[in-house]
Amino acid sequence: MSVGSASLDHAGRSDGVLNADALRADARRQALGLLALLSPGLFVVFALIIVPIGWLFWLSLFDETGELSLVNYARFFEQASYIKTFATTFKVAFVVTGACVLFGYPLAYMLSQLPRRAASICLIFVILPFWTSVLVRTYAWLVILQRKGLINNWLIDLGIIGQPLPLANNFAGVVIGMTHIMLPFLVLPLYASMKTIDVDCLCAGMNLGASPAATFRQIFFPLSLPGLASGVVIVFVLGLGFFVTPALMGGGKVIMWAMRMEQATSLYSNWGAGAALGVVLLAVTLALLSLFQRLLGARATGVWSRR
Amino acid sequence: MLLSLAPSALPIGIHGIEKRFGSLSILSDLSLDVAAGEFLTLLGPSGSGKTTLLMILAGFVRANAGSIKVGGEEIITMPPHKRNIGMVFQNYALFPHMNVFHNVAFPLKQRRVSAADTRERVEKALDLVRLQGLGERRVDQLSGGQRQRVALARAIVFEPRIVLMDEPLSALDKGLREHMQIELRNLHRRLGMTTVYVTHDQREAITMSDRIAVMNDGRIEQIDRPEALYARPKTKFVAGFIGESNFIPVESRNGSVWYEDRKLRMNDPAPSAGRHLMVVRPEKLWLVADAEQSGINTLPATVGDVIYQGDSFICYATLRDGRQVTLRDYCRSDVLAKLPAPGEPITLGIDAQDVVLVADQ
Repeated sequence: MSVGSASLDHAGRSDGVLNADALRADARRQALGLLALLSPGLFVVFALIIVPIGWLFWLSLFDETGELSLVNYARFFEQASYIKTFATTFKVAFVVTGACVLFGYPLAYMLSQLPRRAASICLIFVILPFWTSVLVRTYAWLVILQRKGLINNWLIDLGIIGQPLPLANNFAGVVIGMTHIMLPFLVLPLYASMKTIDVDCLCAGMNLGASPAATFRQIFFPLSLPGLASGVVIVFVLGLGFFVTPALMGGGKVIMWAMRMEQATSLYSNWGAGAALGVVLLAVTLALLSLFQRLLGARATGVWSRR
Repeated sequence: MLLSLAPSALPIGIHGIEKRFGSLSILSDLSLDVAAGEFLTLLGPSGSGKTTLLMILAGFVRANAGSIKVGGEEIITMPPHKRNIGMVFQNYALFPHMNVFHNVAFPLKQRRVSAADTRERVEKALDLVRLQGLGERRVDQLSGGQRQRVALARAIVFEPRIVLMDEPLSALDKGLREHMQIELRNLHRRLGMTTVYVTHDQREAITMSDRIAVMNDGRIEQIDRPEALYARPKTKFVAGFIGESNFIPVESRNGSVWYEDRKLRMNDPAPSAGRHLMVVRPEKLWLVADAEQSGINTLPATVGDVIYQGDSFICYATLRDGRQVTLRDYCRSDVLAKLPAPGEPITLGIDAQDVVLVADQ
């Protein structure tokens, strides 16, 4: 940064320290300059995140008649259906996360062990579903899983089952559909963290007497945990707020938090109730995230937490 | 008792190792015997196959053919975790999610050593590499030299039959590297484990090794004690790779060796007739005052440049055939007083016992 207009002098020490004032002014100018560069970004964050969330919070404080009240929050404790929805939401998010780990970990492991070219081709197949809308994919699952869908027809034709399996319009359907949509969110961070594991560390493990299985258990798996943790957090948090798949695949039997919000706003035009649901979901999600952070921070050995 | 490896140190017999990647031959019919307790260095430029050979010894790379016997037992198809060979990796390969203690205890844990025993042996190993009291440190809190020592402690704590080291000092700065060379050598003398060490640094190899195998292009060019390798290189590659060398073309005919019209005095018998190269180290050349001195060979030359380096000086001289040679000597006051000036004709001398010939290829 240029030294500006403040008078510079070798001999004339104004306050006993050579050019201290000019240097301080220069530092201030530089800080202001950086703030000016940041301001478009800060404005976007303010206008698109801070303001809407504040508005949401504000809306939640009014009842249907426009009176200021806490009735929207009182409802959570008074109506059993709210508590049930809340429990269902967590159950779905939890099971979907578990299913994603079950399918995603082996997949990410395979990708990380493939040669570079093969891995990048396989990665395209992991990312490919992203390019199709969630709605289309959900309907596709409906076609496959419903009572007279592909799977049930095949299984009956093959004589394996007599009655169609209840795969859609229930909890299982929601979990299958959501797992498919969420899988890349778990695989991608996990794959990235697996790629950073030093191959020499695995060689060292075997060299020091650990069988391949023991090397995986004691070295590879612990080193892949940071990636697994971030994947799990992403999937779980996305799962909590998911709407399309449970609405279509649940058959009205699986009511999740986001569907409750939709009902409150579009069916009953009760914006206060919808906003309160949003605020509670946001608060619970943030609480969960900080809990994750605390747990992982405590058990990570510094190398992870400081990255 | 302190970790004592000497009784269990075993010899390694490497025979007929072949390794190809596709059509590319990395190692061809390589054979090598390492004595029990010996410190042997594989020295060579990158791509010479030295690291591949080490990986085959450790079991991480499968050879296409050959045999490796440790104390008479064939291990060529044995999986790495059963070989009982300690290894120090170039980047140390410490486990980042474990502290120093657990890193060093890892091989003992795999061998189901009791907790009390483990504690005792890890402490001894850390003492040995002078890291006592650092067991609780995280790996990322250690300096490069300390990580190196942890890797070393981990590789010897389970008293392996053999220790392999893959350029373990290459990531350290010069001062620390030279210090660790001496420390590694002393450790080897104390513990006496059979050690195979890989490096491309010829000075490091000379400092540390009992014997050095110079590798080039997947073959062993020469295997010898460091002194012999330096004083009596057998090929042009070895002479050029280890230390500095002047190569002067000579010809062998009728049982004697000739440089231009001068018959060379030499202690070795003359080689087969034909063209050869005389290998002359810069410090074996000296400035001759009396050209008729007997028992030495003299080469007339012209001084190109003289470079003063404090403790020594380097003189670049041009022989009559236009070939440049380098002479180095210490700055003793008698030598310093008679330093030639650029352009001055001089006579270079070389003792008959220092004449070494290699094939001209």
